[in-house]
Amino acid sequence: MATDVAAKPKFGEINKYDFHTDSKAVFKARKGLDADIVRQISDMKSEPAWMRDFRLRSLEIFNAKPMPRWGGAIDLDFQDIFYYLKPADRQGKTWDEVPDEIKKTFDRLGIPEAEKKFLAGVKAQFESEVIYGSLKEDLTRQGVIFTDTDTAIREYPDLVREYFATIIPPADNKFAALNSAVWSGGSFIYVPKGVKIEFPLQAYFRINAENMGQFERTLIIVDEGAEVHYVEGCTAPMYSTESLHSAVVEIIVKKHARCRYTTIQNWANNIYNLVTKRAVAYEGALMEWIDGNLGSRLTMKYPAVYMMEPGARGEILSIAFSSAGQHQDAGAKVVHCAPNTSSRIISKSISKNGGRSSYRGLVKVESGARKSKSSVVCDALILDSASRSDTYPYLEIDEQDVTIGHEASVSRIGEEQLFYLTSRGLSEPEASTMIVNGFIEPLIKELPMEYAVEMNRLIELQMEGSVG
Amino acid sequence: MSETLKIKDLHVSTTDGKEILRGVNLEIKQGEVHALMGPNGSGKSTLGYAIMGHPGYEVTQGSITLDGKDVLAMEPNERARAGIFLAFQRPMAIPGVKMADFLRHAATNVRRPDRKEGEELIPMREFRKELNQKMEQLRMDKEFARRYVNDGFSGGEMKRAEILQLAMLRPKFAILDETDSGLDVDAVRLASQSIADIGGKDMGILIITHHEHLLEHNRPDFTHVILGGRIVETGGPELALELHKQGYDRIRAAYPEAAAADAALKENEPAGAH
Repeated sequence: MATDVAAKPKFGEINKYDFHTDSKAVFKARKGLDADIVRQISDMKSEPAWMRDFRLRSLEIFNAKPMPRWGGAIDLDFQDIFYYLKPADRQGKTWDEVPDEIKKTFDRLGIPEAEKKFLAGVKAQFESEVIYGSLKEDLTRQGVIFTDTDTAIREYPDLVREYFATIIPPADNKFAALNSAVWSGGSFIYVPKGVKIEFPLQAYFRINAENMGQFERTLIIVDEGAEVHYVEGCTAPMYSTESLHSAVVEIIVKKHARCRYTTIQNWANNIYNLVTKRAVAYEGALMEWIDGNLGSRLTMKYPAVYMMEPGARGEILSIAFSSAGQHQDAGAKVVHCAPNTSSRIISKSISKNGGRSSYRGLVKVESGARKSKSSVVCDALILDSASRSDTYPYLEIDEQDVTIGHEASVSRIGEEQLFYLTSRGLSEPEASTMIVNGFIEPLIKELPMEYAVEMNRLIELQMEGSVG
Repeated sequence: MSETLKIKDLHVSTTDGKEILRGVNLEIKQGEVHALMGPNGSGKSTLGYAIMGHPGYEVTQGSITLDGKDVLAMEPNERARAGIFLAFQRPMAIPGVKMADFLRHAATNVRRPDRKEGEELIPMREFRKELNQKMEQLRMDKEFARRYVNDGFSGGEMKRAEILQLAMLRPKFAILDETDSGLDVDAVRLASQSIADIGGKDMGILIITHHEHLLEHNRPDFTHVILGGRIVETGGPELALELHKQGYDRIRAAYPEAAAADAALKENEPAGAH
């Protein structure tokens, strides 16, 4: 199978992510959600009491909170979902230790190959558990921790407990509460003071079974002056019934540290992707979210940066692509809590074949955050008259001495642009793809080459057959 | 073997039903240079668009054939692959798309007309070499290839980009729609020289222009005068010179019906459009 991975998908090829493997679960909790299921998950993981109590408390919050009345339409039966599935007895340190069918899946997704070429470490999560993990030896020697969050609770309990759920408490929103109750897997990263990790750390999240919910929980701590680039990819096969992916990601970027978090989300179009991602950045620190949303039925995701101390910076670059039956309600949130903080939001969305993209963003400047700067640019490209784009910018400015910029544009692929390109011999699909790739180019060029290539290829797959 | 682009009794309307061309007849052989002159709004650009297949224009009568093949049945990209090229008077900006990427796709498709989306392109190294060579010949900066297609280009840069495309695509038939407009005298001279260098016995050229400067190095074998949507007179290079010096008064007087049609077309038109 490994040879399949290198082959470049051609137009007309079926989506290479749409396959599933017959993997036998080691343990699968029954369908549905209640306190027993939550206890069972906690027992399976032999967790300390504080975590079990945290989960049960979170379940109560989840049950008490109403569904959000904004964003996209969520048509989910929470009792018709499997909340926990353990695919393997233990986590592999080499791919040979990973059960064959699961290894095949990741081979097809190209993960081991990418690992060899340009990654500093990899975590692969299949259903509820991380089934493979690696980290380059020199990073281990420098004190870098890159493990799954379950293992982190066992091995680094004090470190985890100090930060866990401090950035996103369960009561933050209904889906953060759900994640807090049933979470499993996800990455835990600690980068010690001054350590700069040159190559990206990557996590890959794969849902394989039908009606499976995935609820990973990621916690990243970048200590003073340290640097890390973390990348996550997500895919699932297409089933006729809906599934749920609801993650919580918390990031702490300390003094003068930098963190870049890149997501390439390509979930199947039956997945609700309802994710809470938030970072706090301290003095002179930089947090960057690069967020590519191509798949899912509905995505609601607004990566946030809270700038806590002077000189902190936040950048959020996002691309959303929605096609038939898809709604991408994505955006960004920046909160300026200290003077001289700056933020930049660039959002690009593309809608085609009746797809809907919404930009939803918040810029908040607290009183006293003098000389803060924020700039927001959101551009939407609509490919046909059946598709839709909306912009919901929110501004809450409680300080006079600030510079805030907001620009928004909506454009349609013009007949004249298409004619110009086709008059030079480009077919219409080729011309549309070129216009779309050009539209997102300012963001693509921010990505490391390998991911830029991947993004362009995914856009091409999305564009396939879009015209005529 | 020399091929012919044949336009017979061509009637063209805009999609909102306004008739602009009212029976154009024109035959261009490979290797020939034709000049098409006429006052603003007489239908010059429309003819270029109709030959290339612009979706905003509808052919209501007549035919266009390239060596017997029905051009009107082809999509714009098929016309390009069959060897027809239109240098736009106002080229479109395509933000984020580099000139080099665009040209590599275009050149591959035109040279391999059967190519489907996703199939191999001309090898990068080979293409770069050719592109650099052509840009050097046209005295264009290498940086040009990395800029986004027509995005933020000056008027002169746009026209030169069109000539670069002409050089790379080497069509059998090129229609140059006012490739001189917006250029200063030196730039027109350079453009004129470049076109002459690119052309030759394998390229039939239709030059749409108001002026004779562009014709300096491209002495037309034929000059056609279009008025009121019809070619009313055809002559040699001396006709182009006469029109440039003396304007269209003699033509209007000689063809009152066409002049009246021309005036009627302009009445319904907002100022500045054509």
